[in-house]
Amino acid sequence: MTTVAATSHPAPAHHDDRSFLRKYVFSTDHKIIGIQFLFVSLFFLLVGGLLAMQMRWQLGFPGKPMPGGGVLPETMAPGGVILPEYYIQLLTMHGTFMVFFAIMPLLVGVYANFLIPLKIGTHDMAFPRINMWSFWSFFAAGLVMLSSLFVPDGAARAGWTMYAPLSARHDLSGASFGQELWSVSIILVGLSSILGSLNYITTVINNRAPGMTWFRLPLSVWSLFITAILGLLALPVLSGAAIMLLFDQIIGTHFFDPAAGGQALLWQHLFWFFGHPEVYILILPAMGMVSDIIANGSRKPIFGYHSMVFAIVAIAFLGWIVWGHHMFVSGMNPTLGSSFMVSTLVIAVPSAVKTFNWMGTMWRGNIKFTVPMLNAIAFVAMFVIGGLSGIFMAATPVDMQIHDTYFIVAHLHYVLFGGSLFALFAAIPYWYPKMFGRMMSERWGKVHFWLTFVFYNCTFFPMHITGMGGEMRRLYDPNQYTFLQPYQPIRVFISISAFLLFATQIIFFVNFWWSLKRGKPSGLNPWQDNGLEWTLPSPAPHGNWERVPTVYRGPYEFSSPQVPEDYLPQTRKLPSDREPAAASAARH
Amino acid sequence: MRWWLPLKASTFTGPIDGLFLAILIITGIAFVLVEVGLLWFVVKYRQRPGRKAFYTHGSTRAEVIWTVIPAVTMVALGLISNHYWVEIKGRNSIPPNAYPIGIHAKQFEWQVTYPGPDGKLGTSDDFTVRNQLHVPVGRPIVVALSSEDVIHSFYVPQFRVRQDAVPGMDIKAWFQATVPGTYELGCSQLCGLGHYRMRAQVFVQTQEDYDAWMKQAAQEASS
Repeated sequence: MTTVAATSHPAPAHHDDRSFLRKYVFSTDHKIIGIQFLFVSLFFLLVGGLLAMQMRWQLGFPGKPMPGGGVLPETMAPGGVILPEYYIQLLTMHGTFMVFFAIMPLLVGVYANFLIPLKIGTHDMAFPRINMWSFWSFFAAGLVMLSSLFVPDGAARAGWTMYAPLSARHDLSGASFGQELWSVSIILVGLSSILGSLNYITTVINNRAPGMTWFRLPLSVWSLFITAILGLLALPVLSGAAIMLLFDQIIGTHFFDPAAGGQALLWQHLFWFFGHPEVYILILPAMGMVSDIIANGSRKPIFGYHSMVFAIVAIAFLGWIVWGHHMFVSGMNPTLGSSFMVSTLVIAVPSAVKTFNWMGTMWRGNIKFTVPMLNAIAFVAMFVIGGLSGIFMAATPVDMQIHDTYFIVAHLHYVLFGGSLFALFAAIPYWYPKMFGRMMSERWGKVHFWLTFVFYNCTFFPMHITGMGGEMRRLYDPNQYTFLQPYQPIRVFISISAFLLFATQIIFFVNFWWSLKRGKPSGLNPWQDNGLEWTLPSPAPHGNWERVPTVYRGPYEFSSPQVPEDYLPQTRKLPSDREPAAASAARH
Repeated sequence: MRWWLPLKASTFTGPIDGLFLAILIITGIAFVLVEVGLLWFVVKYRQRPGRKAFYTHGSTRAEVIWTVIPAVTMVALGLISNHYWVEIKGRNSIPPNAYPIGIHAKQFEWQVTYPGPDGKLGTSDDFTVRNQLHVPVGRPIVVALSSEDVIHSFYVPQFRVRQDAVPGMDIKAWFQATVPGTYELGCSQLCGLGHYRMRAQVFVQTQEDYDAWMKQAAQEASS
C-alpha cells in the first residue's frame, strides 16, 4: 500500500493527530478508504487490460510471437507464442479482474464509500471499522487472485463464470492450485462486498442530515443504496457457491460433479443468482452518477426525478429475478426459459425510462461540455447500444443462435465498457477535486475522451458482426473453423483497435497521476453543483463537517428562477425555506 | 465474409432470422431516436452566454408515454418469441417421427452414435463414428445429447441450433436440415484447453445418399 501513502493528499485543515498508519493505511475514514479502493482497482483495471491485450494478440495474429512475450515462461508462451492453456487463463482472469477487481470496486468500493457520507451530510460511515475491513479483505482477495497467475500450473482456466464440473475437478481443467486460489479469492471479495453493503445500507437509512429526506437524495446515492441491497442479496450466494466449489476442489465433496452424484447446473443457478444482480451492481451506480453529472452539465433539474428513482428500484428488482436468461440453452426446463424471457424483456422498460429522462434533462438545457459531461453523454449513447442488443438475446429463439458468441461479448462490453467505464471516466474527474483538491487536466481529458470513444467503438462494434456470423466465445483460434476463417480481417481490425484503445488509456493514467501534484487547485465547488460535498474544502477534511449541514431542497435545483445564478445548493436557506424537523440521528 | 446471420440450412432459420430482423427493426428505431435526439440536443442546447436552461422537473405525460410504449412492445415481443420458443425448444416440440441420433461429447471430440439400419437407438446394430455427423435432408432429427466429463455445447450455426451437453443429464434437441451440403458442428461452451478444436463435420445428404452411406458405415463398423 505504499502507493496510497506516497500520493496522499495534504493533511486536512483541522488538527488531526492520527498516526500515519492510521491515517492513510489502516484508515477508518470513508474518504481515504474510497481513495484506497480507487488506487488498487485502477491497478487491477490495468492488469485486466493487459490480459485482454494478450488475448487480442492471439486472436489477431494467431501463432505469431507476441512482442515482449519472450518474458513469459515456457508453460505460458514458449518463444512468445501463446499456448491454448495460457489463452484460457487469460480469458478467465481478464473477466475475473475486470468484474470483481476493477469495475465493481471502482463503482461501489470507491464511490459508495466516498460519496454516501458526503452527499447525505454525515461524518463517516455507520461502521467505519467494518468499512476498513471491507477494503482490506478486498485487497487480500486481489493479492490472492494476482498470485494465482504465478503458481506452477497457472491461473484458473474455466472462464470467469467458472462453470462446473470443469472448474471443480483438476483432472478436467488441468489446473489445480490456480483454481483453488480463485475460489479463495472470490470468498474474500464476497466478504468485502457484504461488509460494504451492510455499511452503505445502514448509513443511508440512519445518518442523513436534517432535511435530507428520501426524495431529496441525489440519484447517485439512491443507486448506490439500491446496489447495496442487491449486493447483500447476491454476494452471500456467490460466497456460498465458492465455498462449495472450494470443497469440491480440496476436500473431496461432489456438489457439482455429476460423475459422483452432484449437479452441474446447480453451479450455474447459484452463480447466476449472484451473477445477474451483479450485472446491475455494475451499472446502477454508473447510472446514478451519470444522472448527477448530466443534470449538472445541462444546468437543469433532472427530468422525472421520481420515475428515475422508481426505475432504479424496478431494474434492481427485475435484475434479481432474471438469472435464468443465462441458461436458456443449458438444459434447464424450457418452460422456465419462457418466464425468464419475459422478465428480462421487461427490464427494457425502466432502462428506456432512464434513457429518455436523461435526454429530457438535456432538452432545453444549457449544456457545458466538460470532460465529465462528455463522458456522461457517451455513457448514454453507448449504454443504449448495449441495452438494445440485450433484447436480441433476451428473446429465447434468437438466443439459440447468438448465445456464447461474440454478439454476447459485444453486448457485455457495450454495457461494461460503454456503460460502466465511460461513467467512471465521467465520475473520476468530476469528484477528483473533492478527493485531492486539484482538477484533472481538461484538455488531456478531452483528448482521452475522443480517442477512447473512437477506438472503443472500433474494438467492440465489429464483434456484433462476427458474433452474428456464429463466432463462438473463448476460442483460442477461431480459424480452426472454416466458416470463421473469412472473418480474420475483422479480428485483425479489432485487435489493432484494441491496442490503440489500450494505448489511449495511458493518457488517462498520466493525467491522473500528474494532476495529483500539478493539477489546478480546484476551490470548493468547481462544477457549481448543489450537492452537500461541494460545501466542504477540497480535499474534504477528516470527519467532513464540524456540524452536519441542514438541507432545504433536492440536489438538482439548477437554473431555478428563485436565484440569479444557475445553481442553488441544497444547504442554502432562502427566506421561503422552513427549518426541517431536526430530529435526525445525524446531528451529534 | 458475411455481414448477416450464417447461411440458412434448417427449418429454424425462418422464425429465428425473422425474429432477429424484427428485433433489429424495433431496436433500430429506438437507436436512431435516441442517438439522433442526443446529437440534436447536444448541438442545439450547447452552452451560450446569457442563456439560462429551462427550469422544469419533468412531465407526467411524457413519463407515461415512454413507459407504456416500451412495455407494450416488450410484452408483445415476449409473446411472439415464446410462440416460436415453444415450437423449437418446448417440451413437446420434438416431432414424433424424428430420426434419432446419439451424440456423446467428451474432451475434445463428438462421438456420434447412429441407429443403424433398424432406425432405432439402443439396439445392437448401433454404431459410433468420431466427429462426423451425417443427417438426411428434410427429415426431423432428434439428437440425444450426453457428456462424458464437462459441459459442452452442440452448435451448428447454419441450423440455428444450440444445446448444451451436460454431464449427468440426457437432453434432447431437434432440428430439420433443409439444404444438402457440408457444415461444421462446434463446441460453444468452454470445455478446457482443447475447446477451440472440438469440432465435427456435418454432412447433410439426400435420403438416398444417406442410406447408402449408412449401409457402408454400418458394414465398416461391424467388421
